[in-house]
Amino acid sequence: MKAIVTVVGTDKVGIIAAVSGCLSDLQVNILDIRQTTMQEYFTMMMLVDTAACTVDLATLQSTLCELGKSIGEDIRLQHEDIFHSMHRV
Amino acid sequence: MLDLYEINETLSMINNQHLDIRTITMGISLLDCADSSVEACCRKIYDKITTKAKHLVEVGERISATYGIPIVNKRISVTPIALVAAACNTRDLVPFALTLERAACECGVNFLGGFSALVQKGNTPSDDALIRSIPEALARTSHVCSSVNIGSTKAGINMDAVRTMGEIIKKTADLTADNGSIGCAKLVVFCNAVEDNPFMAGAFHGVGEADCVINVGVSGPGVVKCALEDMKDADLGEIAECIKRTAFKITRMGQLVATEASKQLGARFGIVDLSLAPTPEVGDSVAYILEEMGLSSVGSCGTTAALALLNDAVKKGGVMASSRVGGLSGAFIPVSEDAGMIAAARSGALTIEKLEAMTCVCSVGLDMIAIPGDTPASTISGIIADEAAIGMVNQKTTAVRVIPVVGGKVGDTVSFGGLLGEAPIMPVNGADCSKLISRGGIIPAPLHSLKN
Repeated sequence: MKAIVTVVGTDKVGIIAAVSGCLSDLQVNILDIRQTTMQEYFTMMMLVDTAACTVDLATLQSTLCELGKSIGEDIRLQHEDIFHSMHRV
Repeated sequence: MLDLYEINETLSMINNQHLDIRTITMGISLLDCADSSVEACCRKIYDKITTKAKHLVEVGERISATYGIPIVNKRISVTPIALVAAACNTRDLVPFALTLERAACECGVNFLGGFSALVQKGNTPSDDALIRSIPEALARTSHVCSSVNIGSTKAGINMDAVRTMGEIIKKTADLTADNGSIGCAKLVVFCNAVEDNPFMAGAFHGVGEADCVINVGVSGPGVVKCALEDMKDADLGEIAECIKRTAFKITRMGQLVATEASKQLGARFGIVDLSLAPTPEVGDSVAYILEEMGLSSVGSCGTTAALALLNDAVKKGGVMASSRVGGLSGAFIPVSEDAGMIAAARSGALTIEKLEAMTCVCSVGLDMIAIPGDTPASTISGIIADEAAIGMVNQKTTAVRVIPVVGGKVGDTVSFGGLLGEAPIMPVNGADCSKLISRGGIIPAPLHSLKN
């Protein structure tokens, strides 16, 4: 499935490296990356493909969540359809 | 490709503004469970519910995790039990409530609705038996919800049933007196009840429905309130447009979850109910939306107009967002479940009379209102009759869910816990209406022309 990874928090060195390293370890392919600073928060999104992922969805989500806690960012992974259904007719 | 602003908007709706799917409700027909033996009928009911809804909670949780949106409640509604039990010819339907309770617990749902009777034009012996069984059924179960439809625009109002329901509400309060008379929080008296409502306590699975359907109720008062915070100088036309846009986005979530849940559960997709359902949490209040529109407190003059705008805009925005819309669809105003309503009731700004006026233009009726325990049964019947008349004449659903708190006086607060919240006990007009109620009979259905 295609999913959106969002990272929200304070800007610091190594966020993209940490997240992409984690995804790489689990064979999750990154299709697109964007980032900006919004309302003083560092905001990054990645469109990823989990088709070859070596763990199940729940484990992938909890792994990213734990990574987020260790680097002080809020990291979530959600099916892309939730964003599409809300913003695209 | 989505842009970051859109993604951020969705995330903050979910994480900061309490956007959630309020309920996935599986409607299950029990018509094929009818049997002349109570034991056999109950066994069939238990087996059918636990088979059909076996994976309901698990699927709900999986969808919630995959999409990252909370699905607060997983629930079941069933065919009105008075119909299913009619062939049993028994006067005691409490065993059916106990069966529903066991089935609800087995499936892990938090409420099961359908201990119900539809008596808008008259009662069958089975309807009478069900209504008489309500107080004990609600006292001996914690997941079962009950509703009785006592009127409709086509049939008029069954005033004999209205009189009985006043007494039944009092008895239910007495039997659950140790627990803030909480039994009454699980009992709704309807006029023009809908057959596909996913929300409790009034959900039941109508006889015109398919065997097993998924109905979804969305929510999101906090999202609407936040959207209006950026519109300090807007006129009311612009406010309505903003609410429509927001309702559209909220409903799209419901449509997505409903489609996915039906697919995964192998059930038919029923409807999305476009309701703004508040919870007691701060920031999840319908009252705060009305106050954001410019009222100093909900209940002030202007409240009915503001609510009419809100209710209509929610429907207009939501209708295009979903392939099938139904249920109660509108803004709910349950007093105990809405932090802003609780505050206004406590301060005296919000009265039962104003709430009654508000029910003319919003989704349901007098909902989750605590009243003094010494309120006579005939006065409760009078409240029901008034509310039913509003529904009957205006061709809309209205309902009464009042809790005469045993031992409670005006100004006391009663707490029901969880989503049911807490309620200050509100004063009720003390003038007597017992003569009207004791007359019984039928209030005829209204004329559908000469409308003024």
